[in-house]
Amino acid sequence: MISEIKIIAHNGKQFISDVTKAAVPAPFRGKPEITGTLVDEEALAEICPTGAIQTKPVRIDLGKCAFCGECALAFPAKIRFTNHHKISTNDRNSLIIHENDFSEIEVNPEKIKSEIRSVFNRSLKLRQVSAGGDNSAEWELGASGNPNFDMGRFGIEFVASPRHADGIVITGPISENMAEALQVCYDAVPAPKIIILCGTDAISGGLFADSPAVDRSFLEKYPIDLYIPGNPPHPLTIINGILDLVRGKKH
Amino acid sequence: MSKETEIVRIKNPQSIPLVEIPVMEYADFKAKILGLLHEDSNHCVNYFAFRQDSDLQLTACIADDSKGDIALLSHKIQVQQRPTLESLTQYHFPLHIFEREITENHGIVFTGHPWSKPVRYSHDRVDQNQEINNYPFYSIKSEELHEVGVGPIHAGVIEPGHFRFICNGETVLHLEIQLGWQHRGIENLFLQRKKLMQRNLLAENIAGDTAVGHSLAFAQLMESLGGIQVSTQLHLERSIALELERIAIHVGDISALCVDVAYNLGASVFSVLRTGIINFTQQWCGNRLGKSMIRTGGTHYRFTPELKDKLLVGLEDFEKRFIEMSHYTYKLPSVENRFDNIGIVTTKQAHLIGSVGMAARMTNVRRDIRETHPFAGFSVHPYEAIVLERGDVFARFLLRRKELKKSIAWIRQALKMLDFENQVPEPPIKEINMMPSAFAVSLTESWRGEICHCAVTDENGKLAAYKIKDPSMHNWKSLELSLRNLEISDFPINNRSYNLSYCGHDL
Repeated sequence: MISEIKIIAHNGKQFISDVTKAAVPAPFRGKPEITGTLVDEEALAEICPTGAIQTKPVRIDLGKCAFCGECALAFPAKIRFTNHHKISTNDRNSLIIHENDFSEIEVNPEKIKSEIRSVFNRSLKLRQVSAGGDNSAEWELGASGNPNFDMGRFGIEFVASPRHADGIVITGPISENMAEALQVCYDAVPAPKIIILCGTDAISGGLFADSPAVDRSFLEKYPIDLYIPGNPPHPLTIINGILDLVRGKKH
Repeated sequence: MSKETEIVRIKNPQSIPLVEIPVMEYADFKAKILGLLHEDSNHCVNYFAFRQDSDLQLTACIADDSKGDIALLSHKIQVQQRPTLESLTQYHFPLHIFEREITENHGIVFTGHPWSKPVRYSHDRVDQNQEINNYPFYSIKSEELHEVGVGPIHAGVIEPGHFRFICNGETVLHLEIQLGWQHRGIENLFLQRKKLMQRNLLAENIAGDTAVGHSLAFAQLMESLGGIQVSTQLHLERSIALELERIAIHVGDISALCVDVAYNLGASVFSVLRTGIINFTQQWCGNRLGKSMIRTGGTHYRFTPELKDKLLVGLEDFEKRFIEMSHYTYKLPSVENRFDNIGIVTTKQAHLIGSVGMAARMTNVRRDIRETHPFAGFSVHPYEAIVLERGDVFARFLLRRKELKKSIAWIRQALKMLDFENQVPEPPIKEINMMPSAFAVSLTESWRGEICHCAVTDENGKLAAYKIKDPSMHNWKSLELSLRNLEISDFPINNRSYNLSYCGHDL
């Protein structure tokens, strides 16, 4: 008993008291910024290994971005990755970053289904479905509930059965072999229910978008309630995104 | 010709012209492979088939742990004929997974294979009539037995796979694990993607929890094919990254083991300790899992003197807190009771199924690529493997604890060897000219065990085949065996104590 108290004392307070204000130190790659500087746009787009960069004018789609940072390393005057981690949104279009656009990526309250905030704002139980994921986004979803980030304090938790869940969190590009199981799982969740796409692979297919072993037809059937970009997303991106969705700016 | 002159041997990592790999008649191929594998110091690190014009070339890579080299031998067959070959699995069981893979991908039937079921239901499998969702699990007809099916979706935040138990009451007689749900065609994407950077990114995303292990295997392979030498400094930096990955996952796994025995203090403290390590990796390269750390021919993120100071301070604090907590956990009767003698896999069984990495070392099978086929920083500063004997959950816990402390000691030595005064920028190479018509092998020892990447190039120096082997390919069998005669309620802790990769297996 005394030993345990000593251990607790030696480890100190580890939890982040205010997750909405916590910052992640550089060189963490969060939201990128694009300046108006003129560069060889073709060469810039060519660098991106996932085809997330569009030209004329230059845009980066965070739904496709693998956050490797190669573009910013090659064109530092044009693109800079900030350590700003709040990049989750329910609006797919706001994941596209434009030149000289330094506004924040936010959850659009008008696009939220009416029942979400009234039903889920104090308690949200989620069923996670990994569908071809590389276990990194799954890892960070797990870390979101650890003693540092402690997502459970907001009533947001992962549950064992879809029957107990208020929605699903999908990671991975959705492999063909998982397509049926994903559908069965979603159908088993009682309404009202939400769908969260976590990680670049889930949002756009990412590196695997054009693989014939991937089947993304499930996503065409339902509206998506939250996109959490990243490869993998940082736990603070995950927690703040879900909080903004179910509670709005004022937590 | 004598036996020794016919088999070509290479080091890790190395590329050789394809023509130098001896092509043998199948009877000769069989005799040579089985002759080599008869010795316990040899094991098969990869065995696969690739297209050569209208031929299919079966190539086996047999690593010799005592000499530190890899023997290569091959056999060619006409694709059109789809011949049947005698299965070598019946003589040497660890080949089962490789032969099943060749059957699935190329339609070659191995007669006498004990159980030639699909490995992962890959999208380009030859037999499209087989479907993952109605895989016929092994069953025993009896009124006294019942089956329990789990998956593909599990109760936790983990990847999908199906576990089928055959039980007598609470006791598990047999566990069968069928995987493939994570298959996303990554090996084919290596050929589809033409740019080096795209392939590098794929390597990082084979298994996110082993991003450094897999991308290092990839980088070494490309550097070998491109004839690129990197500095000793970079070798050391890469191994430090690999050991940090090992420390982070090992401590995270110990935390998860505590969760499974409901020891909350341990679960919390070990989990918090992991955060410190991965946050350091993030300060180094911008990603908590070390993605973007390893690049071919160089790095964007040099290890700086400031990082060194931070790491030394961080490791000291980590080690103190880790030892205090793990020592206490180790002595706790309620924990010991749940770890001790649970899920034993014997040395004999591990040899029989060809376990690698941690799953081998926890039961007295000395297999550690860092020691036997040193790569990157381990060829600069050697590493001595840790081997335990008991083969139970407790051994898997203890091995993590010991390896973790050893990794910290290794990192401290490596940090002393870093030469910051002569450190120069070593930017990654954008494109490489790969040796044409070549065969390359690269091995690394990730936290789970040995990773093997192989590549074949065509006459124009383009990638013609890419083959990945994650240690989990061998070790899932070990988990199956560990469950025999245990209560089914011991499954979660056994599964946790292995923490094998689904995506690394399914590719």
